[in-house]
Amino acid sequence: MGKTIAQKIFDSHLVDMPYEGVNVLRLDAVFCHEITTPIAITDLEARGKDRVFDPSKIKAVIDHVTPAKDSKTAEQGKILRDWALRHKIKDFFDIGRNGVCHAIFPEKGFVRPGYTVIMGDSHTCTHGAFGAFAAGIGTTDLEVGILKGVCAFKAPKTFKFILKGNLKEGVYAKDVILYIISQLGVNGATNRVMEFTGPVIDSMSMESRMTLCNMAIEAGGTVGICYPDMVTVDYLWPFINNEFENKEAALKEYSKWISDSDAEYEKVIEYDLSSLDPKATFGYKPDQVKSISEMEGTVVDQVYIGSCTNGRIEDLREAAKVLKDKKIADSVRGILSPATPAIYKQAMDEGILEIFFEAGFCITNSTCGACLGMSNGVLAEGEVCASTTNRNFSGRMGKGGTVHLMSPASAAATAIAGKITNSPLYKG
Amino acid sequence: MKSFGGNILFLDRSDINTDEIIPAKYLTEITKTALKPFLLEDLILEGFDPAVDINGKQVIVTRANFGCGSSREHAPWALEVNGIYVVIAENFARIFRQNMYNCGMCAIELKTETIDHLFNIYNGISASVDIDLDRGLLTFSGGGKVETVEFQMAPFDLELIKAGGWVEYADSKY
Ligand code: SF4
Repeated sequence: MGKTIAQKIFDSHLVDMPYEGVNVLRLDAVFCHEITTPIAITDLEARGKDRVFDPSKIKAVIDHVTPAKDSKTAEQGKILRDWALRHKIKDFFDIGRNGVCHAIFPEKGFVRPGYTVIMGDSHTCTHGAFGAFAAGIGTTDLEVGILKGVCAFKAPKTFKFILKGNLKEGVYAKDVILYIISQLGVNGATNRVMEFTGPVIDSMSMESRMTLCNMAIEAGGTVGICYPDMVTVDYLWPFINNEFENKEAALKEYSKWISDSDAEYEKVIEYDLSSLDPKATFGYKPDQVKSISEMEGTVVDQVYIGSCTNGRIEDLREAAKVLKDKKIADSVRGILSPATPAIYKQAMDEGILEIFFEAGFCITNSTCGACLGMSNGVLAEGEVCASTTNRNFSGRMGKGGTVHLMSPASAAATAIAGKITNSPLYKG
Repeated sequence: MKSFGGNILFLDRSDINTDEIIPAKYLTEITKTALKPFLLEDLILEGFDPAVDINGKQVIVTRANFGCGSSREHAPWALEVNGIYVVIAENFARIFRQNMYNCGMCAIELKTETIDHLFNIYNGISASVDIDLDRGLLTFSGGGKVETVEFQMAPFDLELIKAGGWVEYADSKY
């Protein structure tokens, strides 16, 4: 019997199996941010265990609230900063160089096919786009990861998704994942690896694959995972060109992780996505999804473009296509947060920021900001936001606020109309 | 090891997420005790008043997929500082469930029919539960009725509870 990609990664990283089904894995990377890590640091200190297993495998960023908005967030940043300095963690990204964790860490080349990655953040599943096993964990697991470089997981049961057909123009990875979540439900893939395969994935960029894998957790999935291929190698090439003679050699090496053709799956789910149209959420759960065409006319107060889901250059480009030479509605507050400084710079060079600016958007630095309702665009009671983020939970972007999740193109079109509407890029 | 069991708070809803258990704006707190007044502040559940309903409860009984969403361990901590060390549900989101055991707390899964039964019999009256971890038994009482329900706990989870959590366990072993 063959193995899935996740089984191969588990087998090659297994340190211990203290009980049937409990796999203690060696970690290749532990990622940290300033919301969940400081409390892990202070707890390790209190236990007399202020150590790190390997500073070169720990990466840290201040991203959720940056610049600090008050004394408490300043203190959180300080704890992380002092700790990184104390333990000689070289890959620490502070203000001016910091961006949203799940965008900046891949951009720096910190994730490779076959890696095991943990982070005290539920959207760590994003990094599965590279063919890695990357999972969100809580503070205690993070402490053990920092201290010992291990984490315990249950045996990886896998759902394989075969995504067929061609996406229509103006339909994106965001629409695909919203559709999948609506089919599975928010609990449909709990404790499962979601393996994404098929022609739709083959033709997706790394950015789109990250958008897709980012929201695996919204169906309960441990990680969304794509097979490494030439798209992966091309993305990683600047970081690996000294390890391999050429790209083919890299591809050959990475291909060993791809699931065997006779691998065992708990479920195989096939979708033909040729007729998929742009989607958005309603209500307060990410599986409450409708076609944008069914929601036309829903008035919004704010449009937010950014986050680890859709704040990458490709996302900004699509939104800019819609916004070019247009103004957003007077009644709408438009906010753009490019996910990293490199994306910010590129958007500047390509004239994209100018388009947003002329359209009437406020452009913030790279930060999680309004995505989790902590800064930079928190909603008032009763307000409605069209957002390219990943969670529409009640209170997520501000107590009493409502969030409609959608793609950047749909969000841009909605900003112009002042109400939910399909983007002109979609030719339905 | 903590002591488990006590009065039950029934939350009749599925998919209660960690933003509802403890909203993001409190994630800037650096002590667990600071979370105490804010437990379930944003819960969407008709008739539920956190200021009144949480007081004096040590156990939550709820439906499916409890603790979904954000990975924040602040969610079990907010329960812990309110003296709630046990959540009984049909099932849990993965990260939340692991966080509970990693903190030496109990996330117990029961069949849908059993949960339905508990809601039918005890919701709305004052009810309590005794928990015998080693024998895997829950004894519910309320309204003059007493009944015992079996539950399964993986040996590893039980060991984490007894070791006082995963940090101590892992540091001594790996
Ligand atoms: S952008 Fe939003 S979802 Fe992504 S890491 Fe930041 S807060 Fe979490």
